Amino acid sequence: MADTRQHTVLPGFGLTVGYTTFFLSAVVLIPLAAMVIKASSMSIGQFMAVLLDPRVIASYKLTFGTSLLAALINSVFGFIIAWSLVRYDFPGRKFLDALIDMPFALPTAVSGIALTAVFAQDGWLGQQLARMGIQVVYTWLGITVALTLIGMPFVVRSVQPALAEVQRDLEDAAETLGATRFTVFWRIIFPTVLPALLTGFTMAFARGIGEYGSVIFIAGNLPMKTEITPLLIVIKLEQYDYVGAAALGCIMLGMSFFMLLSINLLQAWGRRRLFVGKR
Amino acid sequence: MSSGPSRQLLSELASRPGRNSLADKLIRWMFISLSVVFLSALLISPLMMVLTSAFAKGMAVYARSFLDEDTFAAIKLTLTIALIVVPLNTVFGIAAAWAIAKFEFRGKSILITAIDLPIAVSPIISGLIYILLFGSQGWFGLWLQEHDISIIFALPGMLLATMFVTFPYVARELIPLMQQLGNDEEEAAITMGAGGLMTFIRVTLPKIRWGLVYGMILTNARAMGEFGAVSVVSGHIRGLTNTMPLHIEILYNEYDYVGAFAVASLLMALAIITLLIKTVIEWRGLRG
Repeated sequence: MADTRQHTVLPGFGLTVGYTTFFLSAVVLIPLAAMVIKASSMSIGQFMAVLLDPRVIASYKLTFGTSLLAALINSVFGFIIAWSLVRYDFPGRKFLDALIDMPFALPTAVSGIALTAVFAQDGWLGQQLARMGIQVVYTWLGITVALTLIGMPFVVRSVQPALAEVQRDLEDAAETLGATRFTVFWRIIFPTVLPALLTGFTMAFARGIGEYGSVIFIAGNLPMKTEITPLLIVIKLEQYDYVGAAALGCIMLGMSFFMLLSINLLQAWGRRRLFVGKR
Repeated sequence: MSSGPSRQLLSELASRPGRNSLADKLIRWMFISLSVVFLSALLISPLMMVLTSAFAKGMAVYARSFLDEDTFAAIKLTLTIALIVVPLNTVFGIAAAWAIAKFEFRGKSILITAIDLPIAVSPIISGLIYILLFGSQGWFGLWLQEHDISIIFALPGMLLATMFVTFPYVARELIPLMQQLGNDEEEAAITMGAGGLMTFIRVTLPKIRWGLVYGMILTNARAMGEFGAVSVVSGHIRGLTNTMPLHIEILYNEYDYVGAFAVASLLMALAIITLLIKTVIEWRGLRG
């Protein structure tokens, strides 16, 4: 990295940048590169055969479908929760606010077995749903429930600060000028919050695609039906098909890169909007 | 992360004219109830389920599940991993935050993205990459076998996988904090003749300590609770390479629900303590 730093008297530039780059390369970058190199030892034909295997295709559909659905549910409820926490005062508000981060801190295996028990046919909520003829565990619905739990804090924590930024004066002015509540929401609040909402949505979606621990308990893991893509990597590893596992890993890594790029672009867009709005 | 509106702002909002109409009250009631119902079903009921299942057969059975040798070994291994991974990632996080927050250099945004990468990557990939490197068919597999060193299906592999997964948390917490605090005080200290390390310990550290604490407890919670990445490299040898989350899976698959939820209740307690510390830090405005 070229030394183009601005003049500062602070020491430690070489040491900290060097250490950071070294440690990052050793733990993250080189191992990831090794996976890509491993997968590139296959011919294009072999590579495609792994990626287009019907069982793998079924897992893409399931993984993307459930992640997308969970992220959409979270966008709606995440917005409602963020709104309630920012705009209203009610008993237990601080408790709920602190609780939002629970899925960040709770190990996925714990939420996995707990959700399975709650939504099982004889579980607290599973019983009620079974009476309506809805089975959650061991279906795509169960996977969606698990991914909704995992993704929820991303949307709430992304939307919360943006909602607090909405200029109340603008809302008041609009109302004074005769705007309806719907107009105020649609023309003032929604545009301000939109970048944050999209960022949260993308984060929840990205997290859902890679999630493993909380899903495998509730999914039942039936081939072609409830097998997620990360599980197929595990299965390939158990069969000592390292190259096949690396190929699937590369596809998922590519997706992660794409998601990370989208999140960065969305955040940059959000900052630009905020800046223009404040000028 | 925001912690909601201040009392003052709320009362100011409530006192605004025209804000107490029936429609407003209705929307307010609807939003709050939807939030509470959603969070109860998805978040609170699983937490309650962990407790009721763990104590389903009474206190005695709950307590007895910790006397199991394998459970004890799993707890010990989990603590060992956290004890090694948290300090390593803390040092990395501090170095990365100092480099990124204090200096301008080319490639900085790439560096930030690369640090974030482990959060975006599936935990299964975090385990897979080390198997490809150090597994029996991996790049260094043969060499390691010849020298009788085991990394995969042993502690070193589990440490690497856990380190990968928890890599960014301290750095992500410190970078925005240190950027916001600026360089002035550090520059003053250096100009007046303090050394680099002295400046960090006496000037920077007191300002960032609560952010650092939060980054560390989050790293700790993640390290102790990691499932997917560790599961791939562990080999699931009972009493040897089973961490608490992996032991939960084994007990659960053996239909020992009390045992599984008993171990889960410990990890849940850890998560609750983590959130409590975070909440206290935030409410007191200690961070930043």
